[in-house]
Amino acid sequence: MTASVHPRQDASAQYLLRLADTCLILGQRLSEWCGHAPIIEEDIALSNTALDLIGQARALLTHAGRSEAGSPLLDEDQLAFLREEREYRNVTLVELPRGDFAFTVLRNVMVASFLKLLWQRLASSSDAELAAIAGKAVKEARYHQQHAGDWVLRLAGGTDESRRRTEAGLAQLWRYTAELFEADAIDDAAAASGLGPRWSELREPWLAEMNQLLAEAQLSAPQDSAFRSTGKRGVHSEHLGHMLTEMQYLQRAFPGGVW
Amino acid sequence: MSNFLPPYRPQAGPYKSRPELADKHWTASERCEQAWAVLAHVLDPEVPALSVCDLGLVRDIMVDAAGTLAVVLTPTYSGCPATELIERQVLEAIDQAGLGPARVELRRAPAWSSDWISEDGRRKLREYGIAPPHLATSDTQPVRFVNRQALAEPAVDCPHCASAQTTRVSAFGSTACKALYKCLSCLEPFEYFKPI
Repeated sequence: MTASVHPRQDASAQYLLRLADTCLILGQRLSEWCGHAPIIEEDIALSNTALDLIGQARALLTHAGRSEAGSPLLDEDQLAFLREEREYRNVTLVELPRGDFAFTVLRNVMVASFLKLLWQRLASSSDAELAAIAGKAVKEARYHQQHAGDWVLRLAGGTDESRRRTEAGLAQLWRYTAELFEADAIDDAAAASGLGPRWSELREPWLAEMNQLLAEAQLSAPQDSAFRSTGKRGVHSEHLGHMLTEMQYLQRAFPGGVW
Repeated sequence: MSNFLPPYRPQAGPYKSRPELADKHWTASERCEQAWAVLAHVLDPEVPALSVCDLGLVRDIMVDAAGTLAVVLTPTYSGCPATELIERQVLEAIDQAGLGPARVELRRAPAWSSDWISEDGRRKLREYGIAPPHLATSDTQPVRFVNRQALAEPAVDCPHCASAQTTRVSAFGSTACKALYKCLSCLEPFEYFKPI
């Protein structure tokens, strides 16, 4: 039996894992749509978006798992398939069950808008490898953002049913976005070392982009609430464990198995 | 029913294995020069009209201190499943041409852009039935959300009949790098290589 692995706990590794896991878990959620999207064009679009996100996650996990200061090297597969739930650092927003199509495109535009802003800043990271990954990923995030946002407009201005579902999705998702901008010591360390920005600095530009979209869709942002999800700190909703059970099944059942 | 794409007729055949050259003594610059010529025949597995050189994936070729030929590749999309296959095909082609030992080095920065596709590559794309990409927009240009009717995007010319009367059917296509379009003049569907 192969035991679970434990990644480095230093601030820079944790900063990388937050981003890597957010990409990986959203990519895994989106891949659930493969073969189930309402039309074939969107089946392809969601699978392609998932592929980009998983590609970004692979590069980031490889980077986060590099050997440093006596810690063993962990490769992308070990980090994805042999880490336990509490050591995942994705925001809770991306692990929520996939919901309906309106929920999916709303979450995609929220996350892509955030990631685009983050990648833009990371392109000038003091960490050359992270900057290189960001330079590529920002182009992909822009495309995801545009595509998902276009769908929000179409659903909000579509039928009564599509508008009702869009409003419902927005109400469900909005309170989970606050976690993206919560500041803590890991962000402070990243800002101090030049690794990347505090995520809290992205709140204003993110809100500006979301508000432009919501205004065009004649939707309004729900009231902010005191609720804070805590996935970034490893305390997840009940949904992540179920997802990992499926995602990690093969490597847990057949340790080291390869295609 | 008409075909979606014209049958592909390779412009250049696969590079011939030349084991007789294995013992030849190449200078470093000769080896690099030969390697560029060899890779001009290694086709992209997902867009087999273009070589890895036409696509701008091969950034540099050099011989390192240990005498190993290093081929520097820049991948197109983060999640492109063809990247690993391309690496293998590049190494096989170099090996068959007797130019080894070789290794592939992935270089992420600067990020690959569709602007790097050569003029020759753009012509080959069109002939293959794929509309070549427009120039990529800047990564910092704001993304605006507007109703589709108001969107003034530059026209994508049909690669079959050159008409500018075309419409986008799907923002994503059969591979990460393409979108689907339809020509309103000749009514043929076609793929568009996305500008990134």
